[in-house]
Amino acid sequence: MPCAALLVLADGRFPAGGHAHSGGVEAAVASGAVRDTVSLEAFCRGRLHTAGLTAAGLTAAAADGHDPLVLDEAADARTPMPALRKVARRLGRQMLRAARVTWPSADLERLARDRPQGVHQPVVLGVVARAAGLTPLEAAQAAAFESVGGPASAAVRLLGLDPFDATALLGRLAPEMDDVADAAVTTAGRLTDLGVDALPAASAPLLDLTGEQHAAWTVRLFAS
Amino acid sequence: MHLDHPVNMPHRHTHSAEPLQGDGSRRALRIGLGGPVGSGKTATVAALCRALRDELSIAVVTNDIYTREDAEFLLREAVLPPERITAVETGACPHTAIRDDISANLEAVEQLEETLRALDLVLIESGGDNLTATFSRGLVDAQVFVIDVASGDDIPRKGGPGITTADLLVVNKTDLAPYVGADLDTMASDARRQRGDLPVAFTSLTQTDGIRPVADWVNGRLAAWRTGAVA
Repeated sequence: MPCAALLVLADGRFPAGGHAHSGGVEAAVASGAVRDTVSLEAFCRGRLHTAGLTAAGLTAAAADGHDPLVLDEAADARTPMPALRKVARRLGRQMLRAARVTWPSADLERLARDRPQGVHQPVVLGVVARAAGLTPLEAAQAAAFESVGGPASAAVRLLGLDPFDATALLGRLAPEMDDVADAAVTTAGRLTDLGVDALPAASAPLLDLTGEQHAAWTVRLFAS
Repeated sequence: MHLDHPVNMPHRHTHSAEPLQGDGSRRALRIGLGGPVGSGKTATVAALCRALRDELSIAVVTNDIYTREDAEFLLREAVLPPERITAVETGACPHTAIRDDISANLEAVEQLEETLRALDLVLIESGGDNLTATFSRGLVDAQVFVIDVASGDDIPRKGGPGITTADLLVVNKTDLAPYVGADLDTMASDARRQRGDLPVAFTSLTQTDGIRPVADWVNGRLAAWRTGAVA
């Protein structure tokens, strides 16, 4: 039975600073890789099955109650670019702030105390989901959706793409978001036996490279 | 999975609107500056800094939609040293960043407060937007809305949340009024009708000490803030 708390958390309006991040779309638009709905769909599909899957795995594990500090290190290992690690921690801090007010819990307070510099956002998302009473699968669904929802709306703003087309794209990707969430939960279930290496580490080299370059732009609309 | 009981886990003001710091003193006063593109927000921020920096410890957060532009203007004008100015990206949504999702701005403000001990005043400049953009009370303690006469003397009459609810309305570039056919008396009476007793300042920042009315207002707000007279 889906939980309304999931809707509150996954809402694009949840005030965790995500609106200022394009998930690599701004760089992709500048290079011409994303220029219309068709190329946006390809971008989102690619992101979902790489960065999205990796994030969802971390989120599911955190939502399952595994040590967020251990998962934070695992997230570091899966984020080779310094600029993107910084972004992930900033988004993690911002999500934690909103969550501590929305779903006050001892776990969230402890995380804020133990890591004032911030924990990777997917891990925080999982801890928050747990505090909100959500399951690891629901948490993973939020992570999967987030990995493409933000980028799609960034593309609408940058290119003036028809928002109906952009939303239809997300509708078409929804079954794959479910697949990614399912896979993430399955791997998180193996953590106890196999350790964090069981979690997905799918990489997207172009996102990594352009992410680092984008951080050095002097003129940009989005923070990442 | 149960949520923590509200009695055992009282609501926390982690969103940082809390005015008191650990030592009982009040944190810096946070003032937002909004208004349409080109009205003179950045010029107002620069002039305020020049007028007040010898008496007050000031920092600035700017939301210019091209990130570095306004911050660099302030640096070029040597208004404040670089460590006192932070630029924040808004993802092409300047109103969102000051109103619906204040996370990034709040973090920038807090980081400045943490690294620059004993800050008196933080100015947060929004990216230029339309007349409906206003600051969240979770981000600022007071807000200034800046319009200019060259954008049309009917702007105060048109109203909108910025015009009607800002703690101070600034009507800038009064020196241009004759060239653009703007009637300052009309603007003044329209503003009064929209704002009642809320203050309006007519400024011409190109004149010597043109910022004085705004600087005086800031000092007044700061004095009230320090005594806790304003919640």
